[in-house]
Amino acid sequence: MDELELGPVWLSLKLASATVVALLVIATPLAWWLAFTHARWRAVVEAVAALPLVLPPTVLGFYLLILLAPSGPIGRWWVELTDSTLTFSFTGLVVASIVYSFPFAVQPLQAAFERIGRAPLEAAATLGASPLETFFRVASPMALRGYVSAVVLVFAHTLGEFGVVLMVGGSIPGETRVVSIAIFEHVETLQYGQAHALSAGLLVFSFLVLLAVYVINRRMPFGAGYAVG
Amino acid sequence: MAELALDVKLERGSFALAVHETIALEGITALFGPSGSGKTTLLRIVSGLETDAVGDVTFDGERWQASGVRVPPHKRRVGFVFQDGRLFPHLTVAKNLTFGIGRRAERERAVIRFDDVVAALDLDPLLSRRPASLSGGEQQRVAIGRALLANPRLLLMDEPMSSLDVRRKAEILPYIERLPEAFGLPILYVTHSVDEVARLASSVVLLRSGRVVGRGPVAEILERIDLWPVTGRLDAGTLIEAVVDEAKDGMASLALGEQRLRVPLAGATVGTKIRLRIHARDVAIATERPRAISIRNVLEAEILAIDFHGPVYVELLLDVDGRHLRSRITREAFDELGLDVGRRVYALVKSVAFEDRGLGDAAGM
Repeated sequence: MDELELGPVWLSLKLASATVVALLVIATPLAWWLAFTHARWRAVVEAVAALPLVLPPTVLGFYLLILLAPSGPIGRWWVELTDSTLTFSFTGLVVASIVYSFPFAVQPLQAAFERIGRAPLEAAATLGASPLETFFRVASPMALRGYVSAVVLVFAHTLGEFGVVLMVGGSIPGETRVVSIAIFEHVETLQYGQAHALSAGLLVFSFLVLLAVYVINRRMPFGAGYAVG
Repeated sequence: MAELALDVKLERGSFALAVHETIALEGITALFGPSGSGKTTLLRIVSGLETDAVGDVTFDGERWQASGVRVPPHKRRVGFVFQDGRLFPHLTVAKNLTFGIGRRAERERAVIRFDDVVAALDLDPLLSRRPASLSGGEQQRVAIGRALLANPRLLLMDEPMSSLDVRRKAEILPYIERLPEAFGLPILYVTHSVDEVARLASSVVLLRSGRVVGRGPVAEILERIDLWPVTGRLDAGTLIEAVVDEAKDGMASLALGEQRLRVPLAGATVGTKIRLRIHARDVAIATERPRAISIRNVLEAEILAIDFHGPVYVELLLDVDGRHLRSRITREAFDELGLDVGRRVYALVKSVAFEDRGLGDAAGM
């Protein structure tokens, strides 16, 4: 026994990666809209998008459980569609993580788009670039720092997720038993050696990721702001 | 010649713009007026960036905006040089320049070529640099090059020199001046500087409080006394185009009707057309021909109009054999000399400023 168990580690990395990819796709258009809209209900949308920051994970997990359960509005639809349940499954964990880490993707991206402003986008348009082309050739490279922040924050935040996972996913090995859950169980059953190994691993890994980000950020060829003059 | 037909309205807070004009675009057309007169807004309407504007915009027979029609900016092929350059900070100068160059098929049809633009704007030494390392003047040159290389049919320039100091302005002016000829492209140029209008433009559209209050050839507009409140009268002067009919020992003689204007102008050749500006403050008035005087230019003139400017100064519009001159004198002198419209006087020209490229800035006499 006492060997380092890698199952929960891989599961955590898989969950974090899936969440990052999904959130980049989902958060980009919303962050863009928030950065440039003049709509009156922008504040409402912003507040809703920031809710996961302040809600206790158990509250979030509770509502997600209700929504995703086979009897819940989303869960029922999912069962009809795929014949499997969202609760206590990996897919359900991804959905829960997307909600849980949502503000960590939206906020850095929105800030990055706001810093870019309309000026370079207008310049691109007068040079014949369509809105989509402008996004890929001007806005997204200029928002690179925002993207790096979003990726790192979402990844790290998802790795550290506990309460929501416990509520929605439980602890099914290979399906929902991620590192944080495994650590909790080891501590509960007084297997401190195992808990140490996993905790230290998570600690070192988190540190290295953050270090890499700060180094990359510092070496970025141009500032986050839009240089004029 | 391309024609730009505008019938547009825009309201924003207390500002209202309403322009109904058809402008024939040739060479550089200046959109001129005080700040807040709507020049930039009008330029943005033409480019399609101002989405709040209502009305019709037609360029060269193509409807860019009408009821139910709004061609987006990226499909108008309108180049825009912004006040602040707006280069892309994540791209090198070379990549900025080629940003608007289309796919290969388009590139082969392009009239304006990379090498020509780089040569015309002296961009070769800058190509591998990043925008952040360029001076303001260099950034604007790159911005102009970038706009040209997208092969626009119309180039809009929004006070491209307003963020530059005097030296940088002098550095970039010659480049802008050559554009229409070098690339056969009409330019709509926004400015609030009479100097730039006098030097660059062939015609001018005068804007005030969101409305066009005058338009026509530059020389004509700048001397219309009723427009002085807009064009500014004190630092403005008269613009004169004259042909060199004698050049010797660094002095040139310019024909003004039957009279001659002697100016110091090294390297002038007979037959060249010179554009020069005579400031109102540099023209004195005498009622008799003065003798024993160092001023070389004493021109016979007739007073066409009088404009009382405040309690101290009077500005006169003079006719010199069909050409116009402006003179600013004190009210005291005006009263003492007993001047009036129709009176024959002598205009004493103290100095002129050359507006043509490469001929130096100003010359005292």
